Amino acid sequence: MKIAVLGATRGMGRALARKLAQRGERLFLLGRNPLELERSARDLEAHGAPVEVGTAHCDLLDPDSFEPALEAADRALSGFDTLIVTAGLFATQDALEADSAARARLLSADFSHTVQLCELARERLLARGGGTLCVFSSVAGERGRKPVILYGAAKAGLSHYLEGLDHKFRAHGLRVVTVKPGFVKTGMTADLEPPPFAGEPDAVADIVVRALDRGTPVVYAPRIWRLIMLVIRALPRAAMRRIAF
Amino acid sequence: MQAAMKELSGWGRHPVVRGVERLSEDLMTASEGVCLTRGLGRSYGDASLPADATRPVLGTRLADRILAFDPQTGVLRAEAGLSMERINALFPARGYAAPVSPGTQFVTLGGMVASDVHGKNHHVAGSFGEHVRGLRLRVADGRVLEVGAESEPELFLATLGGMGLTGHILEVEVELERIPSPWILAERERARDLDALVEALRAASRQWPFTVAWADTAVRGSQMGRGFLTRGRWAEPGEAPAQPPSRRRRFDVPVDLPGWVIAPWSIRIFNALWYRRQGVRPWRGVVHPEPFFYPLDAVGHWNRLYGRRGFAQYQCVLPLDRDSRIYRRFFDVLTRHGGASPVSVIKDCGAEGRGTLSFPKPGISIALDLPMRGARTQALVDALNEIAIDAGGRIYLTKDALTRREHFAAMEPRLARFDEVRRKWDPERRLKSAQSVRLLGDAP
Repeated sequence: MKIAVLGATRGMGRALARKLAQRGERLFLLGRNPLELERSARDLEAHGAPVEVGTAHCDLLDPDSFEPALEAADRALSGFDTLIVTAGLFATQDALEADSAARARLLSADFSHTVQLCELARERLLARGGGTLCVFSSVAGERGRKPVILYGAAKAGLSHYLEGLDHKFRAHGLRVVTVKPGFVKTGMTADLEPPPFAGEPDAVADIVVRALDRGTPVVYAPRIWRLIMLVIRALPRAAMRRIAF
Repeated sequence: MQAAMKELSGWGRHPVVRGVERLSEDLMTASEGVCLTRGLGRSYGDASLPADATRPVLGTRLADRILAFDPQTGVLRAEAGLSMERINALFPARGYAAPVSPGTQFVTLGGMVASDVHGKNHHVAGSFGEHVRGLRLRVADGRVLEVGAESEPELFLATLGGMGLTGHILEVEVELERIPSPWILAERERARDLDALVEALRAASRQWPFTVAWADTAVRGSQMGRGFLTRGRWAEPGEAPAQPPSRRRRFDVPVDLPGWVIAPWSIRIFNALWYRRQGVRPWRGVVHPEPFFYPLDAVGHWNRLYGRRGFAQYQCVLPLDRDSRIYRRFFDVLTRHGGASPVSVIKDCGAEGRGTLSFPKPGISIALDLPMRGARTQALVDALNEIAIDAGGRIYLTKDALTRREHFAAMEPRLARFDEVRRKWDPERRLKSAQSVRLLGDAP
């Protein structure tokens, strides 16, 4: 595979990119901070990436950066066949209620800008007969829940968009893999109390690698979260109003 | 966002303190203003615990990137949170291994430096710090420095085995060891008593790079200290299987066992069975490196076997120049307490390392697991420490939870030199741990 990754410097993106490097996949990293990108590129080479891992600037808060970033990935990999997006912003509902600027940033980064990036990648992939678009949404998008209303809403929109893409373009060769992580212990969630069934980034990465190979349209990671969300979706409103989850 | 207050403890789960662990992938930013750094929390006692619950400790385990590796020289540079587990997963297949490996692979590079860990090859390779070429360190005043044998050597040497009290270790550069294959050729042999065991250990160390002994601490009399010796070396390509060792599955202890499970009667049974595991005739074979280096890693959360009360590890090194059989006195006191330690490991140590407070010195090192039984365990540790002091020995801070300050001072003539480095680099004593309050007299 020839894979461009946005978000490989940290958390689940780092764990996933390492597994792909260990398998010998060719990688190209997109991200905000050039120094961080360089450090992660060297790490992935040490993990077994077959050739030099290139990097380019790409910032989810700046849609103007998308086109040049994808162009750089295309040049370095002579046409990427897979784009993985693990990047995104996270904040709790309490934090966002207190900060309108953070609200605007999160909603655009996690929904509209991610969608715009995917659209640009979709055009490139379809123009060469298809490929894979693997995007990290969240179980937070499955139901409106008190602790993550805004974050969940952005992820719900993203999941919806990705589902539509899959319906329309699978026949044209575009495989869309939507990853819905439950609570995963990363730097992003380090300040939260982990609930039961919290997962590790490495375990999530294993699940996503398998989904990439099979083209699975939707995967929950850790898998138990499919069941948990089945229950959450079935809860009546009266219960959702009462519980803090 | 401020990380939540939670209960923190070392691997022995005694003591348990309230504290804030700040986990981050970005050590440069996150190391500002913290009082201490911890890795995977595998030191046993209070070495990785904050002295003051309100001041956060930095957890490095998410910062684990490899920054450079030179396949010609084996020099590895990485962020401090890189685990031994990952080093073992990546490098043996390329002909390199960590030069020194402690008893578990769930430790970080930074932790191995701060503890100046030693392994089964101490008699030939020395401790981990001997192989460290440089460190990136955030010192107490906030500056970030590159330190090594040439730049700020005093600070560098005090940091090897300095328990994180000289600065926050952000990056480590270490030289890996070339290996002929990723497999181990091992031999195991029984010894009928303590003298035979120590003699077998010292004889093996004259010929083998990896040696260690396990001793039964539940029997007294003529069989006191019976056990078996394990020796090994990296297998040559002709002896080893063609394929690399695969990952091992782990059994996990799901819940705390009740406190009464590990008691003198069960320790006696376990030790007798374990002793008989090794038959009368010596055994030899090519083995997977994981069970050879890290037998206890096969059981995840094995500290839960000790129940909620936890356990204290105790490890000291006893030089043999004042009394060549001092270990007999040590075992006599230990076994009088009756089945005190289910897992007891003996290792001969080589030359003293260059770290200012580095643990090993020539002699016999003994490591024990002591189920926490309050005053009784404290009394045992006191009695063992008195023997260590008489012998000119010392304890391993990474294991310690119970040593008294005056005992530690009596064992550590090097403490003044260490204090001097701390006075120079951290005059206000901003960096401290629960252990440094207990043993070095830092203000809480």
